[in-house]
Amino acid sequence: MKIAVCVKYVPDATGDRHFEDDKTVDRVGVDGLLSELDEYAVEQALQIKEKAESADDVEVTAICVGPEAAVDAVRKALQMGADQGVHVVDDAIAGSDAIATSLVLAKVIEKDAYDLVMCGMASTDGSMSVVPAMLAERLSLPQLTLASKVETQGDQVRIQRDGDVATEVVGGTMPLVISVTDQSGEARYPSFKGIMAAKKKPLETLSLSDLGVDAGDVGLSVAWTEVEETTARPPREAGEIVKDEEGSGAKALADFLAAKKFI
Amino acid sequence: MSQILVVVDHAEGAVKKPTYEMLTLAARVGEPSAVFIGPKDKGSEVAEAVKKYGAGTVYVVDDAELKGYLVAPKAEALQQIIEQVSPGAVLIASSAEGKEIAGRLAIKTGSGLITDAVDLEADGDTPVTTQSVFAGSYTVKAKVTRGTPIITVKPNSATPQEAEGAGTVEEVSVTVSDAAKGAQIVASQPRKATGRPELTEAAIVVSGGRGTGGKFEPVEDLADALGAAVGASRAAVDSGWKPHSYQIGQTGKTVSPQLYIAAGISGAIQHRAGMQTSKTIVAVNKDEEAPIFELVDFGVVGDLHTVLPAVTEEVKQRKG
Repeated sequence: MKIAVCVKYVPDATGDRHFEDDKTVDRVGVDGLLSELDEYAVEQALQIKEKAESADDVEVTAICVGPEAAVDAVRKALQMGADQGVHVVDDAIAGSDAIATSLVLAKVIEKDAYDLVMCGMASTDGSMSVVPAMLAERLSLPQLTLASKVETQGDQVRIQRDGDVATEVVGGTMPLVISVTDQSGEARYPSFKGIMAAKKKPLETLSLSDLGVDAGDVGLSVAWTEVEETTARPPREAGEIVKDEEGSGAKALADFLAAKKFI
Repeated sequence: MSQILVVVDHAEGAVKKPTYEMLTLAARVGEPSAVFIGPKDKGSEVAEAVKKYGAGTVYVVDDAELKGYLVAPKAEALQQIIEQVSPGAVLIASSAEGKEIAGRLAIKTGSGLITDAVDLEADGDTPVTTQSVFAGSYTVKAKVTRGTPIITVKPNSATPQEAEGAGTVEEVSVTVSDAAKGAQIVASQPRKATGRPELTEAAIVVSGGRGTGGKFEPVEDLADALGAAVGASRAAVDSGWKPHSYQIGQTGKTVSPQLYIAAGISGAIQHRAGMQTSKTIVAVNKDEEAPIFELVDFGVVGDLHTVLPAVTEEVKQRKG
């Protein structure tokens, strides 16, 4: 079985995330890392590999589209235990929206006969959470998305999806696209052995021409959406903070709520 | 003016408030129309509800053939309606399912997609959206430049405004491909009704975190006294104190209520991402260094287990 795991390189959420002059997210001048939510997808892929009769029968490939530094996201996945990596890097990709990103990912995935395509539930930067659905559409595959549990048996997959109105069990036959939530199980940390082993794992770097993608179909200038302006939200004005002393806090809070007409 | 399609957000034909909000936003850009994908016999009932908020035509798609499958058939149905109607834009509620339908629809129709809009205005006949990004630290204005703009809209993005619409029902039959039936819903366990407002739609949200120690009664009692929804931080959900449907934050729900009360929540960036755009923020926390206090309009440094019950009493008394 072949599993593709899509991993994204994102600006560290605890750092100073901001926009560049062309209104795209600065992905180069800030500390980046493998999107935390994609670690869960890597983890679930590795668990499928470990549950297989022979782990060698399952090959996990981490795929990333992003600038030079984004190779770190692929390396992290290799350190966790993925078998090989693919990094698509091309200047023309900068500024791509989800539409173009899903196009490039789909082209990588089409190169090989993958049984499962696994994704995180969203990125921690754009957080649109549409790439799994777009990939499924582009690859004409069913989607078993937002899974809090994943079970495979032969070519059958069942997931649990905790929706707003119901918890559903959704089933399908491989090949298909899966996305997993942060409820699917804690992602492992790379072990020292894993970190050493990752250095020897195959890591392929591809350009758009390697994939047969026209540079004119991706990037900022052909994005199907256009950002008109980005504005830093003014910091909230400092509020009033009181220390509770023998019930004074509750009274003060109730007064505040009354003054704001909530009671 | 072209039609702006609003996909009705509903539970078995009971129309939810975000539908009216989207109709109100749609009227700024064009003629609002509604698309109801659900049980056909509820079509006229839905039309009665949405016409009060300006819906001209109400396209009714019976979901008997669609509902056993995840997402893809609904995207196919909408694609077929877009081909018939050539709308100026399509608005879909920003739920997990709504965004997935929108993602497939964008690829199918070769259209740009904007998710999680919190406001919408017209630039001529082009919708311009406002989004709140990076855990609420930036706002972004954007528009779609290709195809039919597909926009998912967050709850509480507008105050629904009543407007008389024709509410003409038009039944649409759609065809669903076998390919779209590849993800089959084999079991479904509806959530238990809590009797409280829905988290993302509520005007007031009271939520609890690690500081509750798993004891949520003070949070729930205050919520009930205020007529509020109950939320939880990821720490509380990970501890198994509340199900994931209560979680507020990056990997849970984003709320933007009039009043948000955080009890025993430290306020990590992941939590802020889900509540930072609330109008008024209140926190109760034992730790005066907790980052949540940087956000608040009013904060109480104290033990939620004594402060909250006392506030609940005050609220009950003052409400009489």
